[in-house]
Amino acid sequence: MTFSIALIVTASAIFIAMLIVMLRLFIGPSLYDRVLAVNSFGTKTVLLIAVLNFIGGRPEFLDIALLYALINFVGTIAILKFFRYRSFQMAMSSVRGRAAAPLDQEE
Amino acid sequence: MTYISSLDASTFVDIILMSFLLMSALAIVFMRHLFSVVMVGGVYSLLSAAFFVNLDAVDVAFTEAAVGAGISTVLLLGALMLTARREKQITSRHSFYPLLAVLVTGSALIYATYDMPAFGDPNSPANTYVGMDYMERTPHEIGIPNVVTAVLASYRGFDTLGETAVVLTAGLGVLVLLGMGGAGGTASRKEEEDQA
Repeated sequence: MTFSIALIVTASAIFIAMLIVMLRLFIGPSLYDRVLAVNSFGTKTVLLIAVLNFIGGRPEFLDIALLYALINFVGTIAILKFFRYRSFQMAMSSVRGRAAAPLDQEE
Repeated sequence: MTYISSLDASTFVDIILMSFLLMSALAIVFMRHLFSVVMVGGVYSLLSAAFFVNLDAVDVAFTEAAVGAGISTVLLLGALMLTARREKQITSRHSFYPLLAVLVTGSALIYATYDMPAFGDPNSPANTYVGMDYMERTPHEIGIPNVVTAVLASYRGFDTLGETAVVLTAGLGVLVLLGMGGAGGTASRKEEEDQA
């Protein structure tokens, strides 16, 4: 199985983007930076899986990349619900809870 | 146009993903802010999922993404509500035994890999017994390209049905224990608001 050098260049570009997002995740400084970094990292993973499928010569696995995008979206919503309601119970119920202060104020 | 062999590309991706995994693991060890540790844990799961896709194990990768990056992150956040925001400083004396346990487990796992058959070995257990039978019969008996799906959904269909029932029951039990969707804590809180 051979493929063009363009795919390797694309994969490298995604890796560099991943590295930058990871640096933002490690140094913060605020919690919202980190949540956003995880969300962007999920998007980069979706792109990487799409490129990996073409490198492996089986683009029919693109469906899996779509499923990853959905999981990433739902996960981010779950994390943000925690900021808002601060408990699993209230986040899942239909009753609108009291707005809570953010989990942690950065010093 | 230049062409590279697929094996080289796969090795290149493996090396990069492994070094990212190492970076996130080190970050988890050295970070003291627990919320950030949970976030880096989610990224670690996404990275290992991409690694599994590169190894052609897409089903394992999908489970890793759903459980590791999805459910575990949410459950750890729930646990975080009950504990402190920062990890306590650990003295080097206290970290000696955990380090020893990790090193012993790691070397045992590496030692176990020496007993594994070589990649693509025709004499390995997976390629000698009933597996080849499924490979030969699936195309004309079931007529789908994926042998794993044929085994799970057709040859062992009743087994899979039973497993699904067990997983559904376990999930319902967890939902009842957490009190989701029910009147439980939400109703009492609403009553408090009404009284106030």
